[in-house]
Amino acid sequence: MALSAEESGRLAGLLAEHTDQVVQRWTELVATSLRGRLSQAELRRQVMELHASMITAGESGLTDLDAEAAAELRAVLAELSQGRARQGFSATETAASVFTLKDVLLELLEIRQGDGALRDFVAFSSFVDQMGLFTFETYVRARESLIADQAEQLLELSTPVVKLWEGVVAVPLVGTLDSARAQVVMERLLQTLVDTGSPYAIIDITGVPAVDTQVAQHILKTVVAARLMGADCIISGIRPQIAQTIVALGIEFGDIATKASLADALRHVLRLTGLETPRRQSRREL
Amino acid sequence: MTAGVDLGAPRTQAIRSDEDVVRVRQLVRTVAVAAKLSLVDQTKLVTAASELARNTLVYGGGGTVEVSTVQNDRRRGVRIVFADSGPGIADLELALTDGYTTGGGLGLGLSGARRLVDEFDIRTGVGEGTTITVTKWSR
Repeated sequence: MALSAEESGRLAGLLAEHTDQVVQRWTELVATSLRGRLSQAELRRQVMELHASMITAGESGLTDLDAEAAAELRAVLAELSQGRARQGFSATETAASVFTLKDVLLELLEIRQGDGALRDFVAFSSFVDQMGLFTFETYVRARESLIADQAEQLLELSTPVVKLWEGVVAVPLVGTLDSARAQVVMERLLQTLVDTGSPYAIIDITGVPAVDTQVAQHILKTVVAARLMGADCIISGIRPQIAQTIVALGIEFGDIATKASLADALRHVLRLTGLETPRRQSRREL
Repeated sequence: MTAGVDLGAPRTQAIRSDEDVVRVRQLVRTVAVAAKLSLVDQTKLVTAASELARNTLVYGGGGTVEVSTVQNDRRRGVRIVFADSGPGIADLELALTDGYTTGGGLGLGLSGARRLVDEFDIRTGVGEGTTITVTKWSR
């Protein structure tokens, strides 16, 4: 328990009595810690909101931040730290927005001096600590959800299916091909095959740093699925070190055509469709 | 155990999720580059580590990896120890057979990993967990 009901009341009283001074000084201190990256007006609004909800909570005899009565205060703190997390402030800067209240309280209590001032400050201070920790926790949660969102976006971004030529689509794979991405790749590829009516698909693995059995299995499954839909698959971008690793692992690509580069794969497809010669001619005409 | 002297502190990584398998790959690549392994050997070692780390996760229920640089008379190398306290492997010979799998994979992970490294040591028993030590030497 951070505060007794009496202390909590005194804290509310102190904050209410010196409203202007508290808001003014607190805003100043937070502004310094954030080095002017948020406007004064915005900061002032946040501080006033926090200030008001602390008074409300204190007047209702709040003893602990986890208590029912602190719901509003927690909501305000959560909103503050989520905002900070999204705006890219560090954890320290976010926590400082709450911890600077201690300096304000100390200044107020220094003027009052008198009996019990020190005791009050220690109690208030431990309550501010609780608020700070809560802010920090919310901040971390907000950041984690941000990272999860980004990972999902990355998943979408990093699996484009491009039309390379009339009747030829390509999937340039970059990075780690785990089950989730493999699934996305397969779905995209199959859908694109339907949409474009392409009889050929090239899977380029130049950007995949290591091809292990799981990656190979995902690629093989994708190729089989594409075949079921009547499309031929070519795997390209097999670099020397990857080729040697695949051989040592004992993975067999069977009768699937594989090429060293995307250019080789495209040339292979064009030869199959008899489109290679017109390309040379058109260049001469230019 | 295999020969060679440890150089520097080994680096460890817990394996609890698919992301950790990726971290193991990155860690092994970093150490392999520092040990001046050739690009082919780096790729082989990273791939072997990927297989074994995934086995540790899928069949061993998670465990730890320890990556260290070692040195013998002539060469430098990278040694990786995978340890889990899972159910262990009942029939090691069968598990090391190409194409044998209990998990729906290609059945090449364990046997393939053995072919990708220079030294391969496996200690296992039913209910005793599994510890695999692999070493790749620079050429």
